[in-house]
Amino acid sequence: MDHALAVLVGLFIALGVYLLLSRSIIRMLLGVTIFGNGVNLLIFTAGRLTREVAPIVPEGLDHPAGPIANPLPQALILTAIVIGFAMFSFLLVLAYRAYQGLDADNTDTMRVAEPEDAPRPPLSY
Amino acid sequence: MDHSLLPPAMIATQTALADWVIVLPLVLALLGAALLLMLRHVLHLPALVAGLVVIGIIACEASLLLRVMAEGPLSMTMGKWLPPFGISFTADILGAAFALAAAVVTLIVIIYAEGERGEEQRGDGFHALVLLLLAGVTGAFLTGDLFNLYVWFEVMLIASFGLIVTGGRPLQLDGAVKYGFLNFLATTLFLLSLGLTYGLLGTLNMADIIGKATTANPAALTGIAALLLLAFGMKAAAFPLNAWLPASYHTPPAVISALFAGLLTKVGIYALLRALVQLMPASRDILEPALLLVAIATLLIAPLGAIAETNLRRAIGFLVIGGIGGVLAGIALAQQGGVEGAAFYVFHAILTMTALYLVAGLIERRTGQRDTRHMGGFYAASTPLSMLFLVLVLATAGVPPFLGFWPKLLLLDAGLQQALAGDWADGVLVLALLANAVLTLIAGSRLWAHVFWRQGAEGTANEHEAISLRSPGPREQWLGLGASIVLTALILVAGLWPNLLFEGARTGAADLVDPTRYIAAVGLAEAAP
Repeated sequence: MDHALAVLVGLFIALGVYLLLSRSIIRMLLGVTIFGNGVNLLIFTAGRLTREVAPIVPEGLDHPAGPIANPLPQALILTAIVIGFAMFSFLLVLAYRAYQGLDADNTDTMRVAEPEDAPRPPLSY
Repeated sequence: MDHSLLPPAMIATQTALADWVIVLPLVLALLGAALLLMLRHVLHLPALVAGLVVIGIIACEASLLLRVMAEGPLSMTMGKWLPPFGISFTADILGAAFALAAAVVTLIVIIYAEGERGEEQRGDGFHALVLLLLAGVTGAFLTGDLFNLYVWFEVMLIASFGLIVTGGRPLQLDGAVKYGFLNFLATTLFLLSLGLTYGLLGTLNMADIIGKATTANPAALTGIAALLLLAFGMKAAAFPLNAWLPASYHTPPAVISALFAGLLTKVGIYALLRALVQLMPASRDILEPALLLVAIATLLIAPLGAIAETNLRRAIGFLVIGGIGGVLAGIALAQQGGVEGAAFYVFHAILTMTALYLVAGLIERRTGQRDTRHMGGFYAASTPLSMLFLVLVLATAGVPPFLGFWPKLLLLDAGLQQALAGDWADGVLVLALLANAVLTLIAGSRLWAHVFWRQGAEGTANEHEAISLRSPGPREQWLGLGASIVLTALILVAGLWPNLLFEGARTGAADLVDPTRYIAAVGLAEAAP
């Protein structure tokens, strides 16, 4: 199971990187999301996969009765999902605004901040 | 499995009231940001509230720093769980000192911003975002838990996203797209290495990692360290990953550029310093050739970029990258001396880079230009500004007796010692440091000459026609210039009396190279090797 998930993580990250190398911002956004999900799966796998019960302590005991599933990676992933979603939403709105303001979805034509005909270095002293 | 043999996992005693000082800055910053969000439509009041909150934060952090200097690192763990289960906040001298410097810089920036904010900027939430940014930076400096560091990185990132598009001109959107994507990718890579760290060591508490990393598989750990180098190097704009910084730092209003230059890359490089020098020293030794290469390239390429640049703020962006190269040199040298130099360098860069951008903002407002080719003859118009800019350029280049000289001296001393001991690569690093100082001086003095010294703009007859200057309003003059003068005076004073900083850097670096006190503060001494 671990091996299958490791391969899946690799696929996710490869796909994310492939999409991030695109010039189209929408594809880059999809790439960021897929990459992030690959990382979340990686954390999940790193926390050791077990077929156990939820980590709930029964009434009257001060520790779980038997083996339990590791709750920490799930908490980490939950945090990462929330943060990743917030970032994704911002970038989505930014991409839309950039499309409106710069009339460009192609990163190659976004040359306002770094003009293509860059001036020569000043030669005077 | 017998559960009675397990160590206790809960804190039975109450946290001492005095220990709360370590989280108080964060609480203040977050509550202040919430309050300012509600007040954002009022004119002038938000600046006052934000200023008072930041003064409170400075007071907290100053007392924290004094306490850490007197008693050694201080730690507080959240939510009754003992470390390594609970999230620890651990302040050592470096973290506390950088957090204090960041808060001071933020206060200066808030005062400066008030000089140019008018009716049209009302309700943009600037102050709330600045406090959120400060919360993220402070949290990153004070946390003792790797995942918590990631969370603070993201707090910082989302606040900076909001700030970089404040105003929403097309130029900013362009810069923000590049800044946003690359920085989000960097934090995702950090999360990736974090997941691998957890898989390998089973812990994310920094003090716990130090103990467990010594017995871990060195190959796997070095892979993780390399990933961390990639992620933090991207955040810090080290050479091959620096493209986003000159693309975006000149796009927002100058006051926001100043805040970014002082805080963002410094947090990245601080995280790298802590991760490689303190958490995984064995892996750092294996990565040393790569670190040397990155440090040398960053040191040389950054000032060359500044020399070739005509846009004033873009040129300063390259100087910011040059400062990062200095810290990287310290990480590559790694012995006590190198780490001292790196720590001192971060402190100097927080103050100096912010001041440079603030002065650049004043220049841009007076001339109405962003390009040095259209500036000139400023010296006659504003002597204070030209003096400020020259002092900051000299401090950045590391000319004695200014602030930038001392960390460079520490780095050169450490590098020469190792070079004379037969390590030729460190000799190359020493040469790169010297070349960086010379090239930075050339870049900075050329900027100064083009903006202030020559009679008129480029291309005019004999460059003698003075450019038309906008006269500053009284508020801009008092608040903007005043704040810049105060910060520059601080830099001057720190450069003339650096003993306290030397002392702090020495103790802080000792805690980083030998983390026994750090681990003991968190309460994991029995787990230490």
